[in-house]
Amino acid sequence: MPKLIKNATIIDNEWLTLEKDATIDAVTGKALLPLALYLENAAALSDNSNVGVWIDSDERADALEPHLNNIAVIAINFPKFVDGRGYSIARILRDQLGYQGELRAIGDVLHDQMFYLKRCGFDAFAVREDTATEAALAGLSDFSNSYQCAVDEPKPMFRRRG
Amino acid sequence: MYKYDDYDRKIVQERVAQFRGQTERFFDGTLGADEYLPLRLQNGLYVQRHAPMLRVAVPYGMLSSTQLRTLARVSRDYDKGYVHFTTRQNVQFNWPEIKDVPSILEELAEVEMHAIQTSGNCIRNTTTDQFAGVVEDEVLDPRPYCEIIRQWSTFHPEFAFLPRKFKIAVNSVPDVDRAAILVHDIGLQIIKNEAGEVGFKVFVGGGLGRTPVIGSEIKAFLPEKHLLTYLDAILRVYNLNGRRDNKYKARIKILVKAMTPSVFAEAVEKEWAHNKDSDATLTSAEIDRVKTFFVAPDYVSVSNAEHEAQLAANPEFANWVKRNVNTHKQDGYAIVTLTLKKTGTPPGDASDKQVEIIANLADKYSFGEVRVAHDQNIVLADVQQARLYELWQEAKLAGFATANLGMLTDMICCPGGDFCGLANAKSIPVAEQIQLRFDDLDYLYDLGELELNISGCMNACGHHHIGNIGILGVDKRGEEFYQVSLGGDSGKNAAIGKILGPSFARNDMPDVIEKIINVFVENRHDDELFIDTYRRIGMDLFKERVYAKAD
Repeated sequence: MPKLIKNATIIDNEWLTLEKDATIDAVTGKALLPLALYLENAAALSDNSNVGVWIDSDERADALEPHLNNIAVIAINFPKFVDGRGYSIARILRDQLGYQGELRAIGDVLHDQMFYLKRCGFDAFAVREDTATEAALAGLSDFSNSYQCAVDEPKPMFRRRG
Repeated sequence: MYKYDDYDRKIVQERVAQFRGQTERFFDGTLGADEYLPLRLQNGLYVQRHAPMLRVAVPYGMLSSTQLRTLARVSRDYDKGYVHFTTRQNVQFNWPEIKDVPSILEELAEVEMHAIQTSGNCIRNTTTDQFAGVVEDEVLDPRPYCEIIRQWSTFHPEFAFLPRKFKIAVNSVPDVDRAAILVHDIGLQIIKNEAGEVGFKVFVGGGLGRTPVIGSEIKAFLPEKHLLTYLDAILRVYNLNGRRDNKYKARIKILVKAMTPSVFAEAVEKEWAHNKDSDATLTSAEIDRVKTFFVAPDYVSVSNAEHEAQLAANPEFANWVKRNVNTHKQDGYAIVTLTLKKTGTPPGDASDKQVEIIANLADKYSFGEVRVAHDQNIVLADVQQARLYELWQEAKLAGFATANLGMLTDMICCPGGDFCGLANAKSIPVAEQIQLRFDDLDYLYDLGELELNISGCMNACGHHHIGNIGILGVDKRGEEFYQVSLGGDSGKNAAIGKILGPSFARNDMPDVIEKIINVFVENRHDDELFIDTYRRIGMDLFKERVYAKAD
């Protein structure tokens, strides 16, 4: 089973990511629904803890606002690791929309982006299959401190500097 | 200048360790070349035509003598014994080995230097006026704000993978702009409002490259404490909306143009409302802390009688003072520019020995500090006037006293096809041919200030668009040709030059430039500058002369 880094430990990834053209009858077990499919069925899915949603890098999280308390997992897709839109989408979800549930990075998720992803509010990482998961886990702590405030550290260094 | 504390030091050391690990994974095959590429770029490492190139950050151009000596040693131990000063106030090594780069970065970290974000699609080194802090007419010293921006932008977690590179420049002088802020992704003009409060006029969407654009004002007065939250808002709007499908349309200038500056400004305001007055807001304690690193050195009062006598007795010295020395805000002091534009030397290049001489001159004459200027020269910012004569003699011996600052032969030039993998054409030989043609200093002085800028390709590292005369290397069916533009200006009246006409072969370039200069001389009113004559008479006379058929 593919691996998932969650809360800084390695676990099995039981969630299936459904393609954008999937229909609601394809949902079995734990599934991440594409944004449009989720929104169409949001009312019916509101208490289903086996259902999450995934957002692509050219989509926005705003439409999810009324449903955020009911969603167990939101995943943000990185089609290519150099596509950095997902970092801003994550921060908007955490800082502006107040999303508290699991925020998962999926797609081209690699060792060397882990630290930045964590800072922007991701707490789960489905690293690309050819990535050494143990090493990627270590990437979460490449740096012991940062200048800016972010989701993981609400105060910038200049408010903490002793 | 700014000094690292334990926090700054640790961040840079952890970066060296991270990059060493990435480079090891690249060599053992667990990190693919495609994935290593953006990581090495964010550490300043390019792979060029002949060898890798490592670009080292010189934050807003400030260097200590200790840092200069380390650069000289690194160039000797790991490279071919010379360094290249760039138009963005940075330093480049042209021949390091990839495997040595982690060790080079480790040696640089020991003297508080790094190559963080000197390349790649992220926020690059912030640049400013090379005369910051020592000129009378600035509103206040811009360097503390540059350092605050440096820290904010260093490993900003949200903006490490932008659509394209991102450059910020700061100017603090009302009527002069040596930092060319209107051709940057963000330009910040430090101003005071009617109540005397400090803030910024904010411009976005300026840039050179394939589509040169002058930046648009989106905020008339941003109070200083809001600097970082407002920058966050601009960057977020750009990160989410900038084009990622075509790298030639990915810069913020294209987005600002597509949205229009006023709609872009509204989007920024909307985003800013979420973050404004949050804990990311600057504190006056932090601004004051950073300002303590940029206080004036201990100036002393010395008689200038001897200096005046030396000026009167030695016309060559007097001429150098007139050309290469600027007025300092402190009585009895002067700002000296050491020119790295001696004919026969690629503009901006300095050997390890020369770099060490500069370090010695800095220690002896200017409190151990220098600045790299965007015109690829070196500035000693705090020299006693009484010691200028002595300094001039030493600088002359070392080849730094060619009195051509601001003149036609003080050109800006990228490394071009001799070194750079992107270039269409060589640029250094063109610079050299022109320097040889115009080797009469008296004639150059008569011509007055004139910016001639050369880029080897569309990427415009030599800033050809904003040269009064711009030269761009182009490739035509595998041959190198040069396109000429006139009327560019990097200053307060920033303008993009207009193309003269069809391009020329390299050997024709000195003749072409000479014809352009002749048209200027024949049409000039009194001591008019080239740019003013051009603005008055327009392009046609230049065009007619240059393209006239020989009878």
